[in-house]
Amino acid sequence: MLRILTIVVLSLAAVGTGFWGYQEHKEKNAILINAENSYQRAFHDLTFGIDRIHDQIGATLAMNTRKSLSPALADVWRLTSEAHSDVGQLPLTLLPFNKTEEFLGSIGDFSYKAAVRDLEKEPLTNEEYAHLKNLHEQSADIQNELRKVQHMVLKNNLRWMDVELALATEKEGTDNTIIDGFKTVEKKSQGYSETNVSTLPGDMNKLDDNHLKKNKAAPISQKEAVEKAKEYVQMKQVNDIKVTKSGKGSDFSFYSIHMTNKDGGEASIDMTRRGGYPLWYIINREVGKPALSLNDANNKAVEFLNRNKMKDLVLYDSTQYDNVGVFTFVGEQDGIRIYPDAVKVKVALDNGQVVGVAANEYLENHHERKLEKPALTESEAEKFINSKVEIQEERLAVIKNDLNKEVLCYEFLGTLGEDTYRILINAKDGTEEQVEKLRRAEPVYDNLL
Amino acid sequence: MRIRPKMKRTAVTIAFVISLVTGSLSIMPEPSHAFSGQVIQKGASGDDVIELQARLQYIGYYKGKIDGVYGWGTYWAVRNFQEAFGLPIDGLVGATTKNKLVKASKYDKSYVKSQIEKGRSFTHYGKQSKQAKNKAGSSGNKPMATSVPPGFSQNDIQLMANAVHGEARGEPYEGQVAVAAVILNRMQSQSFPNTVSGVIFEPRAFTAVADGQIWLTPNETSKRAVLDAINGWDPTGDALYYFNPDTATSAWIWTRPQIKKIGKHIFCN
Repeated sequence: MLRILTIVVLSLAAVGTGFWGYQEHKEKNAILINAENSYQRAFHDLTFGIDRIHDQIGATLAMNTRKSLSPALADVWRLTSEAHSDVGQLPLTLLPFNKTEEFLGSIGDFSYKAAVRDLEKEPLTNEEYAHLKNLHEQSADIQNELRKVQHMVLKNNLRWMDVELALATEKEGTDNTIIDGFKTVEKKSQGYSETNVSTLPGDMNKLDDNHLKKNKAAPISQKEAVEKAKEYVQMKQVNDIKVTKSGKGSDFSFYSIHMTNKDGGEASIDMTRRGGYPLWYIINREVGKPALSLNDANNKAVEFLNRNKMKDLVLYDSTQYDNVGVFTFVGEQDGIRIYPDAVKVKVALDNGQVVGVAANEYLENHHERKLEKPALTESEAEKFINSKVEIQEERLAVIKNDLNKEVLCYEFLGTLGEDTYRILINAKDGTEEQVEKLRRAEPVYDNLL
Repeated sequence: MRIRPKMKRTAVTIAFVISLVTGSLSIMPEPSHAFSGQVIQKGASGDDVIELQARLQYIGYYKGKIDGVYGWGTYWAVRNFQEAFGLPIDGLVGATTKNKLVKASKYDKSYVKSQIEKGRSFTHYGKQSKQAKNKAGSSGNKPMATSVPPGFSQNDIQLMANAVHGEARGEPYEGQVAVAAVILNRMQSQSFPNTVSGVIFEPRAFTAVADGQIWLTPNETSKRAVLDAINGWDPTGDALYYFNPDTATSAWIWTRPQIKKIGKHIFCN
């Protein structure tokens, strides 16, 4: 009896210990993942921060007035201090990384001093301007090196925990990509002593005046919505259709229609209940090698817009991503570009099919506007621009500013060195509404390593 | 009959001239129809763009890298060329612009290509000398540069693709675009961090991050979904949250106003 009892107790204890051990193991793993995640976050934040610093210094180079230069420099200062704190969170204590930190510090010092100074009375001297230019170039080097490390980290799933281990054990000759990468970044630094996520000029926030909320058109039924969707998307051999209604959290009610066809392609489309306006649609299928040029695809996109009676639009931007072309059209009224009225069209380059449209911004914002005559002439507005910028193109445009108002601007596209800048000058009072460095194509890092 | 010898002489001269012309033609390094038939537009990439950049660099209009992507630098070069040669200034490289350019410049395709393959980036491809600086450029037949949406790097896109794959693989495509759109909506929102990594690694924000699934290798579909979201497709109607009603443990999430359901996820404000 006693023996059986002992066996039971002991085996229970064994099972209990096992369970406890498993729990501990699970907790330990969770904590490890947590620690790894915060390292990863600090690292990716750092590279993102350096990206921003580089772009923002670039933008200050093209600025002219104190009104926009001071806040921009203050922003550089903010970004450098953030990047600095990101460096501090990485397990690099055992790695000499002080030169990079010093570099960040020197950008921070310079931008702070320049930002708090009255630049109206005491504008940047030529030397200071040259220094800023120098910082811009140096930050490009560091950005490039960090991006390479980041690419390796993402490609090979590298762990910061391993870096910590490698550094702690101080094994000579250990091949650790992160450590090597950071050493290169450091070498590059040795020689030297808030983001708007918009693909369009102007601010991305929604205008208060949303036309879809005020839409009073007659509601359509689910059946009608499906018919309209089929006509709009023009998908062949559809074999399954699902329709759902929007929930209560939406600003206005809409139908979501999901179609699949025999070849495994799928199409999703959202359509307003009132009036049945297609908000956006997207087709997912394998797109083969390009058989059309970007220009042919552009014509297909224009054809699509005409067929669906979306009027008063001009091409703003076209970009090829592998096998698809993405085209952004913006509104035009009396020869003035209306940036808030944007439509995006995605065209497959294998057969010219329109595989996606995003028209929500257009539907929300498009209306006949009362456009005021600009108070300034073009040449008056041009005087507000930094004389170092070589102006290539200019036009009138309406943008949303950061106060969420539509304003009429002179839009200047100009070059400074090899970079292109967009400068928006308020047509009423000459305020620099936005100065932005336009990104260049990025090298493919796979080839560089 | 006095005409005859003269004719003979003329015939000989003509034959000689013809042979000279054809001879010199065959010596000439490039055929005049080197470009393909396409109208080259800003945003395009490929061999035609390499040729375009090389030719424009040869006559001093283009000063950037020959990277095969028709970006801003190339655009200004084309426009300035069109202006100087009395063509309509539209940045579109059609038949007329190509012909003018071919006449005005030289393009040694095999030379440029071989330099690119050796991993050199040109700083100058022009009249004085064929110089190439020995600096990392690219290798093989792979593209040297790629278009990225403004404000995002390839690595940002990769990181987002990781998150989308970890969170929404097996969901319909729309659902994957939607997850990417939520990350972007959070970046825009005042109540969340402003960076891709800040949003993704925010503690307790995404389950795939908490359990390590974010480090699974993402497939091409999730990358496509991220690009679509960045380029402006938002299937969620500006949602900031989403959850799986079958596995959600938080009661709070049910109190959020729901916008719509895609696949297994409910998206809300």
